[in-house]
Amino acid sequence: MSSTFSSSINTITPRSFTNNNPSLTPFLGSARNLRFNPLTNSTLPIPRLRQSNIFAVSDVKQKHLNSSPSVGNLLITKEEALELYEDMVLGRTFEDMCAQMYYRGKMFGFVHLYNGQEAVSTGFIKLLTKKDTVVSTYRDHVHALSKGVPAREVMSELFGRTTGCVRGQGGSMHMFSKEHNLIGGFAFIGEGIPVATGAAFTSKYKREALKQTNCDAVTVAFFGDGTCNNGQFYECLNMAALWKLPIVFVVENNLWAIGMSHLRATSDPEIWKKGPAFGMPGVHVDGMDVLKVREVAKEAIERARRGDGPTLVECETYRFRGHSLADPDELRDPSEKAHYAARDPLTALKKYMIESKLASEAELKAIEKKIDELVEDSVEFADASPHPPRSQLLENVFADPKGFGIGPDGKYRCEDPKFTEGTAHV
Amino acid sequence: MLGIIRQKMTAGLSPAMRIRPVASALRSYSSAAKEINVREALNSALDEEMSADPKVFLMGEEVGEYQGAYKISKGLLDKYGPERVLDTPITEAGFTGIGVGAAYYGLKPVVEFMTFNFAMQAIDHIINSAAKSNYMSAGQINVPIVFRGPNGAAAGVGAQHSHCYAAWYASCPGLKVLSPYSSEDARGLLKAAIRDPDPVVFLENELLYGESFPVSAEVLDSSFCLPIGKAKVMIEREGKDVTITAFSKMVGFSLKAAEILAKEGISAEVINLRSIRPLDRATINASVRKTNRLVTVEEGFPQHGVGAEICASVIEESFGYLDAAVERIAGADVPMPYAANLERMAVPQVEDIVRAAKRACYRSVPMAAVA
Repeated sequence: MSSTFSSSINTITPRSFTNNNPSLTPFLGSARNLRFNPLTNSTLPIPRLRQSNIFAVSDVKQKHLNSSPSVGNLLITKEEALELYEDMVLGRTFEDMCAQMYYRGKMFGFVHLYNGQEAVSTGFIKLLTKKDTVVSTYRDHVHALSKGVPAREVMSELFGRTTGCVRGQGGSMHMFSKEHNLIGGFAFIGEGIPVATGAAFTSKYKREALKQTNCDAVTVAFFGDGTCNNGQFYECLNMAALWKLPIVFVVENNLWAIGMSHLRATSDPEIWKKGPAFGMPGVHVDGMDVLKVREVAKEAIERARRGDGPTLVECETYRFRGHSLADPDELRDPSEKAHYAARDPLTALKKYMIESKLASEAELKAIEKKIDELVEDSVEFADASPHPPRSQLLENVFADPKGFGIGPDGKYRCEDPKFTEGTAHV
Repeated sequence: MLGIIRQKMTAGLSPAMRIRPVASALRSYSSAAKEINVREALNSALDEEMSADPKVFLMGEEVGEYQGAYKISKGLLDKYGPERVLDTPITEAGFTGIGVGAAYYGLKPVVEFMTFNFAMQAIDHIINSAAKSNYMSAGQINVPIVFRGPNGAAAGVGAQHSHCYAAWYASCPGLKVLSPYSSEDARGLLKAAIRDPDPVVFLENELLYGESFPVSAEVLDSSFCLPIGKAKVMIEREGKDVTITAFSKMVGFSLKAAEILAKEGISAEVINLRSIRPLDRATINASVRKTNRLVTVEEGFPQHGVGAEICASVIEESFGYLDAAVERIAGADVPMPYAANLERMAVPQVEDIVRAAKRACYRSVPMAAVA
């Protein structure tokens, strides 16, 4: 099992998720074993427990210290590591600043913070290109930042200013960016999943029906453990597998849906198992470790890009703060919080980078300082931005500029003699 | 010709629900070339739009191999293939959301609901992710999607299959809601809806699918389009005594009521709303200012219905012109019963419209039947 990891990451060939050896099916009635198993060849038994086959960062490092004196970059290059670290620090600093701003009254309404879950966002989104799509829920600030929406625009949006990424009309829960292919930002849990499936469908449609052969955009849908009990989730697992859509379903299982524990709400809490029921691989990964998440994400995204269909990835993660800034967070056990705080993804990556000599303390400090300044600047920008003008209230209801069948010159379009020829422009 | 049409209509319907076709052989239309039924009109509109723009695709239950639950999409699977005519599993929420996601990226889905009652399982996507998206994304993401299907009462299908959703969707900003009556309406409005860059809810009527209407050569042209947001004063029924507004099947009933009223000396003007949202308040108000009396007709439930909105609009804008109280004719305020005689009582009939118009004209004893 360890032999495949001794080479650098670039030589690990993408491995298909399906393992067609029927003798290894863990249960009767299933003709194929679809359990994700990148490191084993087909002779090893499939573990039934919730164990990821990705090694812990420190395990690998230890193995290599033992086996060879020269510790190369086993899992990641320096540039990639710094990029990941910077992205996670941005997410964390931004969310902490949001909390401060909320308690000062600059932000209002519902604000859901992502502290503790940064590894999932960074691990997946940093592997995507600009044309790939991300769909999120109301806990979307960090997804927006990772996808490339400038911090200034996100902060302005949270302050409700007209310079926000959606001009102050969306707010914390409705971040959209056409340029960066972030299509929400949905307040209803489960609502983003069919929309993401539609985006994946479009990618396939463009390739097959419109014959645009270079279209291989992948969609990544993020949602939580509570959503996995919602009907739309299953409907989309079915259709994505049925039509082999290029999508990755990422479950950010932080064990709590406001105050409802995942274990109290779900008959079978192991969400990754629900993938194979629909004919797609189901993977469980430690969501507090960005390198593990990245490893799994790489396979899943490649699988989708190749056209092999969807994957369900369950990331075990945790949110350090309450469900939202209005949540007193009384139901969670402090020892559980402490357990996960000890597995903070930022400190884990920092420790790994320093120990494997990928970066020095000073470089990381410099990154943190840079991000602090960036976030401060975004707050100042947002503060100084204007509120939306009155005239903005009725705008953007329809794409048709004046809406209501009225042409740009103010007259009814149907009175344009060219209208019934179909040449009148909308 | 009338006999043939009547045969098509009455196949399977109880005599009480038989609808006399509006196309009377006695009328002459200046450019009437041929007659097509609403089903053919919708099919041809879909066909032409799909062939004109490869981004248009159809999805829904039974639209492909079954040729459409009501045969509206007949022949489209053979012509365009399974990539563009998609048979979906019974997952309204799921496939509606997929349609919305595809529309976000510039495709033009036409999502068919077997009836709009089933669309309630998908209404989250129609309202929250389709209607509101252009606003929430500040114009970055528009949703050129069409949701279509039969709406309102059919014949003997019971409470859960007979609900009219015109008022539900028309109350939501961000949606355009259309409801055609004749084949011309069906063709023109569906083509306009598919070309429109915003989400359109297209409410058809199952009982109208088989009804034929004369169409001019202009209507059959492939670039024929009707404007969204403009009502039609029915040419054969311009009047000066009372305005009757209606949409979908009720337009037919209103025209018949107008014929009856004409024999009694009341000249009624029938307005086919065509577009429920945006409502053509200008046309309605102009008509009321001419006739000074208004009767609104709809098949759906009365409270907070389309008639209520028209009434409010007229009172706001043309109060001084009204000579009588506005009469609202709507379906009975009960879930649709099954028994044929009860169903007949729960849906407006021609006699109800005639009575209401007479009341508005102070020609009869008020409120003969009050529950």
